[in-house]
Amino acid sequence: MSYSLPSFLIVSSLLFCLGMFTVLTRRNAIGVLMGIELILNGAGLNFVAFSRFLEPTQTANLLSGQVFTLFIIAIAAAEVAVALAIVLVLYSQMKTIDVEDFKDLRG
Amino acid sequence: MTGIPENFIRSNLQGIPFVGPEIILTGAIIILLIVGVILPYWRYRRMFTVLALLGLIGSLLPLWKLPTPQPDLTYLSGLFVWDWLTFFFKLFFVVAGGFVILLTQGSSEIDNVEYSECTVLVLAVTMGMMLLVAATDLLMIFLAFETMGILSYLLVGMRAGDVRSGEAALKYVLYGAFTSGTMLFGFSLLFGLAGTTDLLEIGRQVVAASQNPQDKILLIVAVLFFLAGLLFKTASFPFHFWCPDVYEGAPTPITAFLSVGPKAAGFALFIRLFYPLFTTGGEGGMYEAVSGLDWPSILALVSALTMTLGNLAAIHQNNLKRLLAYSSIAHAGYLLMGIVALSDFGLRAVVFYLVVYLFMNLGAFAVVTLVASGGGSEEIDSYRGLGSRAPYLCVAMAVFLFSLIGLPPFAGFVGKVYLFAAVIYKKIYWLAVVAALNTVVSLYYYLRVVKAMFLERPTEASQVQVSLGSQALLLALLFPTLGLGIYWQPLAKVVSGMF
Repeated sequence: MSYSLPSFLIVSSLLFCLGMFTVLTRRNAIGVLMGIELILNGAGLNFVAFSRFLEPTQTANLLSGQVFTLFIIAIAAAEVAVALAIVLVLYSQMKTIDVEDFKDLRG
Repeated sequence: MTGIPENFIRSNLQGIPFVGPEIILTGAIIILLIVGVILPYWRYRRMFTVLALLGLIGSLLPLWKLPTPQPDLTYLSGLFVWDWLTFFFKLFFVVAGGFVILLTQGSSEIDNVEYSECTVLVLAVTMGMMLLVAATDLLMIFLAFETMGILSYLLVGMRAGDVRSGEAALKYVLYGAFTSGTMLFGFSLLFGLAGTTDLLEIGRQVVAASQNPQDKILLIVAVLFFLAGLLFKTASFPFHFWCPDVYEGAPTPITAFLSVGPKAAGFALFIRLFYPLFTTGGEGGMYEAVSGLDWPSILALVSALTMTLGNLAAIHQNNLKRLLAYSSIAHAGYLLMGIVALSDFGLRAVVFYLVVYLFMNLGAFAVVTLVASGGGSEEIDSYRGLGSRAPYLCVAMAVFLFSLIGLPPFAGFVGKVYLFAAVIYKKIYWLAVVAALNTVVSLYYYLRVVKAMFLERPTEASQVQVSLGSQALLLALLFPTLGLGIYWQPLAKVVSGMF
């Protein structure tokens, strides 16, 4: 059984949509972060799939897609590290990570 | 050394001097980190300021040694371009970073314990922004965008002990990561279309792809995804919700930094991304949107909604930082007018206004910082009668606010005239009318602050103490705000050489 480009694109679009849905519906900060992670992985899967299946042409530099994905993984880790640190500090003070409980800043 | 062509190595070695500013800034960051570890950092606040400023000034030195910027002079395998936009904005960000470090030095909001880390982060964000304006490759743009973003989340959450600072940081990181992830997905679609990450090459492919109905849908989706990331960084509708909360919760000097640094970087990225990718032409200084991709109309609508929402919401604010946050949303709307105009003239207007905005907005936030450090608060109530308690601060504040309104003879007026002229020249009259009406609305809430300062009775009698250094800092911000309003031709000439 062989896989072609569309099957990968369907999976990555699904990942993106699920991520979007998670971000918009979750009230738990960690849940939102997981949604963001899904979006990033959807983009990463896109890059790898394109660099594997596109026809090489004169101008195309397909290997850069694979490199891009490596960078996405690294950046996603950095982003989550920062976000979790912030969540942790807030949890130690408020004893909650529900996004809607943070209402100190209102005008 | 098999497999690596020798001319590839040589061309990359030749590119190293071009990243000189970033290398020097990185060196300064490492020195600051080491000094922060080996010395009792909580005692030597001034030393960190001096070191950080030296790093910033040092990063400018390589700029004068490099060849004259040219639109097609790329370096490091086409990752960056050395044109006037790059050159100018590197200077711009160094000035912004320098002022913010001086402002943080005099602020009581950031403790000595956190100060050394704060200088490190400000320098690192500055470096991220420098890389961002120079980048012409999707990969490099993403990396620089995230360098700037992730580190500014940390800056917002600097005062970790304060719940409000933490809440602001949480909101910033969640919205920021979400929008940049969406933008990244747009990048991946464009990579699929063109098979390369080089912007110029993608631009050529986009023109060809816009003829094909299937590819056109993909392009429209990509444009919308790009807008998510860019409108977030510039705090425009519909991604402006974070802005008031983050600006209020963050330490004031950091708020000042966010309102000029990443915002300006966002607009620079607008110019970098949208003009090579989604426009054609360029002859006679006029561009056209790639056929079938009507992003200028979307942006015109976004611009009108952004300024209207910002100004209307600002009216009800009683906290000055929140008021200035909404004012900065409104200004993002004005600045978008220049992008919508699709002409070199419009782009010049954007850059000109960003420079003016740098000084006047930093100035307004500087006054807020100094008043808070002098025993006041950020509420407008505590500005009642401040005119007699701190005359110098209040006159300066009045100048900055008048300039933000866009009244002559202040610099904001000249900047706004250019922006209005750009859209009128493009015959988008309705947008000019909306912007003019918005300027009238903005009069109300800016003047409310001025009225509180000068026409109301003070609640206290004591004078607000302002150190000599802070007064000099304010003077350094006042001078361009006044000077550019009267004698703006030099800056206009510099800016018109850029496009």
